[in-house]
Amino acid sequence: MRNLLGFLSGLIFGLGLIVSGMANPAKVLNFLDLAGHWDPSLGFVMGGAVVVTFLGYRLAWQQGAPILAPDFDVPTSSRIDRPLILGAALFGLGWGIGGFCPGPAWTALPLLSPGILTFLPMMLLGLWLGAGGRNLPLLISKGVRK
Amino acid sequence: MGPIVETDFTPWASLAGGALIGLSAVMVMALFGKIAGIAGITNGALGAVLPMGVAPRDRGWRLAFILGLIAAPLLYQLFGGTVVQTVSGNLPGMALAGLLVGVGTGLGSGCTSGHGVCGLARLSPRSLAAVLTFMAAGFLTVFVIRHVLGGI
Repeated sequence: MRNLLGFLSGLIFGLGLIVSGMANPAKVLNFLDLAGHWDPSLGFVMGGAVVVTFLGYRLAWQQGAPILAPDFDVPTSSRIDRPLILGAALFGLGWGIGGFCPGPAWTALPLLSPGILTFLPMMLLGLWLGAGGRNLPLLISKGVRK
Repeated sequence: MGPIVETDFTPWASLAGGALIGLSAVMVMALFGKIAGIAGITNGALGAVLPMGVAPRDRGWRLAFILGLIAAPLLYQLFGGTVVQTVSGNLPGMALAGLLVGVGTGLGSGCTSGHGVCGLARLSPRSLAAVLTFMAAGFLTVFVIRHVLGGI
């Protein structure tokens, strides 16, 4: 049951990416191209998704606990630190080069373009390295040092 | 990078697709109590095959979620839909892009869905900072590639 509902959630997410046009990297890159033939669609995808999620989360949280887990597991940190900003900047750089972020990369996989078959394994490798690098001493700020 | 293909502005389809993405995010919260960030879910599923520092225990639903993402275009086509996509054929570029997206979302603990959709819906200041940063980096990257370097 858990796996079936997990699959269904992923399927709906994937269909959302396709219907919204976000499964197409060209549409994403045209959103990021303010100086070209700008396609504002991505803004509408984010808008629709954030509004539904904002309302739905509040309904879900009112239930006290999730249906298939003991507790809600929501990040509590509000610290804007170096790994967050450096990571987001590197992600934006890669996103602007290829037009893929992780969700559309998965939905593009079964269409087997050479580009995605190159992108996805490197993304998985990077994810493994990046998640491991979150605690590197280099990235953890230790107060003000001059 | 790659050929520049003009795309039509699709406000209604994009709003509707966005609402479906939101529905999925709400399902993941209501069912599993988790944030539906694809980078995070992928990372959790990856723990099944690679040694991870803090891999979560329940990988089953995460793997199933990813299978759902992969099945989406196939089912869409099965029911007569067409999945339009233009993917760059610059393979060294795509390898670099994949590595950067992976390292960046791993290091920054989230992507367009985790920070962008779920984080903004939670009104998280961390996620807002991440979204502003990756959007700015994305705009700048595309500007440089298309308008300074001439498309590559």
